[in-house]
Amino acid sequence: MQRTYELMFILRPDMTDEDVDKVVATVDHQITSAGGTVKSVDKMGKRRLAYLVRNFADGLYILVTIEGPGSAISEVERRLRVTEPVIKFITVRVDEEQKRLTKVKAIRDSRRRGQGTHAQAAAAEAAQTAEPAAEAPAQA
Amino acid sequence: MADENVQQPQAPAATEGGGSPRPQGGRPPRSGPGGGPGGPRGDRKYFRRKKVCKFCTEKIDAIDYKDYRLLGQFVAESGRIVPRRLSGVCTPHQRRLSRAIKQARNIALLPFASASRP
Repeated sequence: MQRTYELMFILRPDMTDEDVDKVVATVDHQITSAGGTVKSVDKMGKRRLAYLVRNFADGLYILVTIEGPGSAISEVERRLRVTEPVIKFITVRVDEEQKRLTKVKAIRDSRRRGQGTHAQAAAAEAAQTAEPAAEAPAQA
Repeated sequence: MADENVQQPQAPAATEGGGSPRPQGGRPPRSGPGGGPGGPRGDRKYFRRKKVCKFCTEKIDAIDYKDYRLLGQFVAESGRIVPRRLSGVCTPHQRRLSRAIKQARNIALLPFASASRP
């Protein structure tokens, strides 16, 4: 069962860029070896935490979009829990929400298209009325 | 809490606009019973604006836990979720909103109860 998840995790703020890349690469590897695929990795940068986590006031946010079975998620989460630089993480399933959003968007688009045909009809009408007016001077 | 602070600046403007014609009986009759001219109840009626759901009016479909700026509008300073009766958010949206706020709290984008840090 392939599902889409968003995995967001926070790394401790005192890490160098190379260390961050290394952690991201290992997480990446863990996901693929657990049977999932990484769709995108987004380093959201350093942000102030809303509350202290392990005595850190800041954190490096990283967002990974994963496609894969739930078993892959539980495996990745288990490994994240023992990864020392990761101070917090959350996994959110997004495919149901995306499905709902595309549905809503489709309904809204179809409504808009309905209005669009009205507008086109009005434009066509206006063009027809304008044409005789343009012809009239030519005849005269 | 935050919601009350937002509404207060708008309320005096509303009373200024409707205040002067009231003694001449210029108000519609539906507000007549109870609130006499210049009466305290007549004033209070003006405070109650029709609240509309922000997500319905602005057509915001996705209530995402990552969008902490949006979620922050519905969190009081103490960190509590603003109730529907104050914010005017409709039930389906409030349900999704509260879920998103709780997810955001989990990943330290939003505070839990009363912030320990200023």
